[in-house]
Amino acid sequence: MDKAKIYVKVEAEFTTDGTLRPQCIIWEDGRRFEIDKITDCRRAASLKAGGAGLRYTCMISGSPHYLFYEENYKWFVEDK
Amino acid sequence: MERTILHSDCNAFYASVEMLHRPEMKGKPLAVGGDPEARHGIVLTANYPAKRLGVKTGMALWQAKQVCPDIVFVPPRMDLYLRFSRLAHEIYADYTDLQEPFGVDESWLDVTDSTSYKGDGLKIAEEISRRIKFELGITVSIGVSWNKIFAKLGSDYKKPDAITVINKENYKNIVWSLPVSDLLYVGRATEKKLKLWGIHTIGELAQADPSLLQRQLGKMGLILHLFANGDDQTPVSKEDYRAPIKSIGNSTTTPRDLVNDEDVRIIVYVLAESVATRLRENNFKCRVVEISVRDNELSSYSKQRKIELPTDITSEIAEAAMELFHQSYHWNKPIRSIGVRACDLVDALIPVQLNLFISEERRQRLHQMDLAVDQIRKRFGFSSVQRGLMYQDKLLSAVNAKEDHTVHPHGYFENGNRTGVEYLG
Ligand SMILES: [Mg+2]
Repeated sequence: MDKAKIYVKVEAEFTTDGTLRPQCIIWEDGRRFEIDKITDCRRAASLKAGGAGLRYTCMISGSPHYLFYEENYKWFVEDK
Repeated sequence: MERTILHSDCNAFYASVEMLHRPEMKGKPLAVGGDPEARHGIVLTANYPAKRLGVKTGMALWQAKQVCPDIVFVPPRMDLYLRFSRLAHEIYADYTDLQEPFGVDESWLDVTDSTSYKGDGLKIAEEISRRIKFELGITVSIGVSWNKIFAKLGSDYKKPDAITVINKENYKNIVWSLPVSDLLYVGRATEKKLKLWGIHTIGELAQADPSLLQRQLGKMGLILHLFANGDDQTPVSKEDYRAPIKSIGNSTTTPRDLVNDEDVRIIVYVLAESVATRLRENNFKCRVVEISVRDNELSSYSKQRKIELPTDITSEIAEAAMELFHQSYHWNKPIRSIGVRACDLVDALIPVQLNLFISEERRQRLHQMDLAVDQIRKRFGFSSVQRGLMYQDKLLSAVNAKEDHTVHPHGYFENGNRTGVEYLG
């Protein structure tokens, strides 16, 4: 079975108004993907990866990617 | 004014949450069941593919396997389901603060006040249903009506993923043809009696002579008559501070017999820590602590006591348990197994009545300390932080606290009979 749900390490910041904003996704092999911009954040389930939480739409080198902050406080991405 | 009440029921709740987390299982039969390793587990919830093949709640796992050889059993992850239950309640809370949970997966919502700006009951039900699907990845069936009883019948009427509106125009068509046993509080015995008088459907019950029902069934006869006619006045309780489950407990069989108070203290603390951690994770506090003790000849008992203030603090729960133990056990025999349970759960956000004789400041500090320990354990594992006590006996302190939950809905009349039956002439 190919794994559709990939837990990742994330660098994030808490802004002064209390918002949690992911800044960088760090892949298992150490590669870093800077998040240029967050275009959307809402509660959503991922039927593909299997899980639910806050879904951030992140612009990474020009294209949008979903990053989920799961209800168990872990971060995951959907495998392509 | 006529009320607008929704009853929302998450379909095959435990199984649906598991299915969401196992996309590879899509379309395949699955059941959440007690401990597949132990031969005598039962099915707690089956998903729809399994239900279609005849798997039912309460079936023994081996029976389920017989009707559905391909079925996959997964052990329950109650804490995960409770988190999803809470997420659903957060969605409901956007429509009303009159929200009353009935079990982990059902809630009544009185949305009368939001109909003026959010649309009618059906519209609100559609929006809730859409959001649950999108945000939680599971489905609900919702009943919409002017009273709680019909709203609940509506959520049962069509599932999964359906909405049924029962209004004054259609209730005779929909509700009255249903068997009386579909009605809340018509159990096997009542059903049998009603049958003797030729009452098989809810409609027949509604049209029966209430004085006859009262003579035969007492006040309950009048209540059922009023249920059947849609005249139940019972309000939806304010999202009060009741937790959707009644208790959280942990128990363990010890690696060696316990022979003195110190042994018991170590085990009680291990169990209390895990009970309190789970209370905090789910934002519950308890008002009653219970211990159960079994000696090495397997005779057992349990004891409960109310505690001063609702708590999720490890040391308070452990000390209450120890006190119960001291009062009740006299060391005639060594002990084989112990359980600690937090009962009468309330929402942690319940406003507390401050007690002059108990230092709130000290309790706050204890609570903060517990939360800090939770954080560290989440990151570095359970054994990364241990109480000093645990170093006294490595064997005992390493026991695994086994989760054991009792999930059962609160009774319909738990806040008293508010059906309005006393106003009947
Ligand atoms: Mg259900």
